[in-house]
Amino acid sequence: MQNQPAATLKEDSMVLQKKMLADHYHKLSQAKEFGKKVVYTFVPGNLNELIWAFDMLPVHPEINALQAGMRKKSGNYVLEAEKHGHSEDVCTYVKCDIGMLKQGNIGPTGEKLPPPDLLLLSYTGCFTFLKWFELLQQEYHCPIAMLHVPYQGDGKITPSMIEYVVGQLKENVIPMMEKVSGKAMDLDKLQAYLDSSKRAEENLVYIWDTAKHRPSPIDAYFGGVYYIGPIFTAFRGLDECERYYELLKQEINERITTKSGPITPDGEFNDQKFRIVVEGPPNWTSFREFWKMFYDEKAVVVASTYTKVGGLYELGFRHDAKRPFESMAEYCLGCYTNRNLPNRIEILEKYMSDFEADGFLINSIKSCNSFSAGQLLMLRELEKRTGKAGGFIESDLVDPRYFSAANIKNRLESYFQMLEARRK
Amino acid sequence: MDVSLIIQQCENLLHDLSLSYVKEWKDKNNSQAIGYMPVYIPRELVCAGGMLPVGIIGGGDEVEVIRGDAYFQSYICRIPRSTIELGLLGNLDCLDGFLFPAICDVIRNLSGMWKITFPQKYVKYIDFPQNFSNIGREYYKKELLLLKTDFENITHKKITSKDLSQAICLYNENIKWIQKLYDFRSEKPHLVLTYELYLLMRASLILDVREHTQLIKDYLHSVENEKRPLRDYVRVIVTGAFCEQPPLALIRALESSGCYIVDDDWVLGSKYYTQDIPLLSDPIDSLVSAYCDFAVSTASRFEESKNKGHYLMKQIKKYKAEGVIFAAPSFCDPALLERPMLQDILTKNKIPHTAFKYAENTGQIQVIKEETGTFADSIKLWGET
Ligand code: SF4
Ligand code: SF4
Repeated sequence: MQNQPAATLKEDSMVLQKKMLADHYHKLSQAKEFGKKVVYTFVPGNLNELIWAFDMLPVHPEINALQAGMRKKSGNYVLEAEKHGHSEDVCTYVKCDIGMLKQGNIGPTGEKLPPPDLLLLSYTGCFTFLKWFELLQQEYHCPIAMLHVPYQGDGKITPSMIEYVVGQLKENVIPMMEKVSGKAMDLDKLQAYLDSSKRAEENLVYIWDTAKHRPSPIDAYFGGVYYIGPIFTAFRGLDECERYYELLKQEINERITTKSGPITPDGEFNDQKFRIVVEGPPNWTSFREFWKMFYDEKAVVVASTYTKVGGLYELGFRHDAKRPFESMAEYCLGCYTNRNLPNRIEILEKYMSDFEADGFLINSIKSCNSFSAGQLLMLRELEKRTGKAGGFIESDLVDPRYFSAANIKNRLESYFQMLEARRK
Repeated sequence: MDVSLIIQQCENLLHDLSLSYVKEWKDKNNSQAIGYMPVYIPRELVCAGGMLPVGIIGGGDEVEVIRGDAYFQSYICRIPRSTIELGLLGNLDCLDGFLFPAICDVIRNLSGMWKITFPQKYVKYIDFPQNFSNIGREYYKKELLLLKTDFENITHKKITSKDLSQAICLYNENIKWIQKLYDFRSEKPHLVLTYELYLLMRASLILDVREHTQLIKDYLHSVENEKRPLRDYVRVIVTGAFCEQPPLALIRALESSGCYIVDDDWVLGSKYYTQDIPLLSDPIDSLVSAYCDFAVSTASRFEESKNKGHYLMKQIKKYKAEGVIFAAPSFCDPALLERPMLQDILTKNKIPHTAFKYAENTGQIQVIKEETGTFADSIKLWGET
């Protein structure tokens, strides 16, 4: 339950995160002035370490889109894109990005985002990425470096997949980054970033794992995407990222000692009745309202899959400076949405048992085929395998037209009532 | 053979959802059949293994989807749900395996659903390279070699280079006649009715390639003698329909709204390369080349903006098309995301275009017909929209 009002509860890590993001966007807004090259790239399979090694700055369009969603700007951006001929049926992240671009490309801090010098199309786990950057290339007329990451159709990474990704890195991606940045590849620098990533990854895995405690000191979905995940995506490889996770770890350890729950927008959440696993992305336009529907029902999320699209580390993978290119390939190949459906079900099943969850919920996103296609089968399979009840709700990422608060609330209430009834 | 008889035969194949032709073929040849979804599948390799490649592109408007709806949310296109319905109804039991091409996230995820739902069947997701340089080619070659081994395990027979070269020749011959059919259609669009051409193409998904080639030859031979009036229709290209298919009634309606469809991308899996596959010393390399060098452009293949629209513009020129109809399945991310890019290029080149969405069981035929009719009229009257 909420013991303290939100205004008084801001942990140091939250303050640091806010500052890091603000600094990053500020740097981006001044990139051209300082002669910094800018690379647009996607969250899943992002090659941050490589981008830093070339002294370039990354922009992650999905993060811009979700930030626009949280700032209630995305609805307007989506409409803008539709006005320019984009179908109402397609991924709203893309439309939000295009709409934002058409309206001046103003980033979340109110500063203008620079146009890309390079579109690094690490095409991992979603076909839409391909079209997204084709669309951006038509707007920006800049080069695209294509990194095709094969899908784990048979649920495994084969040597030929690694060879293919490494080959592309060495023969296409790196030469193009050298050309755009005007700098030669510096392996030592890359290795140092990879080492740093590894250290942050250890802490990140530790943090996700703390949800095994009762009460859980973290919310692994809402808190996960809000406080835990973004820094990892945007800053992995940098010292400040390492520092951030050290700090977060300390804070969480303290919460474990004091048997405290995570901080929500309404304060500390200690009285946890339901432990839930969540599959699928969140809704960003009504993020707080959505989160509140959970903690009002005393439900904490102990594990989620969306937080693993930018990398899945708990099964043992770490970036490895000794095998720089191979490990970058393995990283891309292992992201959550690059795994086949049977594998996704296994991961969820494991979460259910490892985190002793009472149930699982699927938030099915209307415009995200990559996640959504197959989720109804996942629901039935998981119920069958775990004997636990699954809930199914539908919303959208950044299109507010598809977040029906009353409907979702009703469904969640009935779901938690059912969990309660099953307990008796 | 009479045109109407040929078309009747094709129509029977289209309606035969229980795939009796496939079952008979398997009995007669004492062999297996491998199903595949729409585009870019190397059917030659299936054929080289002595098996029948069978294209399954949904249940059209003939399958009432009941159980399939429990597998897919309402905001996902219809083809995966009608396909899974067919599978659950047992209509696809005669297929000994199923190949899923890497053309979108829905088909990709369907491959995993198939693994779970039909665990006794061979299922393969074929990840085509999006990088067409040597690295991509090497990767695809290895994928094809794995596929070859899988097929050998299914049939318990080795696939030799000779088997594969022969299969490539059969498909090259088939493509040659498909090309003749399209060229003839472009030359005399009043003789080759669109729905007839479509049915002939649909037959290619089921028939043994030799029979299909013969069917086209017979059709071309007979249709020349048909007495059919030349109408004042506009010449258009239909694009975006490479996966889920429009219902036959919609295809008829498009033509009768005043459009001669001189090129299209439906049933694309049977005409996905633009020229003969070169016969190389290692025929696996020939298949690699078919995909990497000669495959038609679709929304599912990566294309830099400097090449975007080239294929469509080439087809417009080749077939003297006066306009383009973008026909995309509802909720089809690839086709719908591609559309604005191509529309932009057409607008810059002053090529009139219009767009609609459909589902394989769409009931909105009259509305679409009115729209394309208006589009055709506007081209006729003003030369542009
Ligand atoms: S379809 Fe889904 S995974 Fe792909 S870009 Fe959109 S939101 Fe991301
Ligand atoms: S219609 Fe489009 S989205 Fe649906 S399966 Fe086919 S290509 Fe994929």
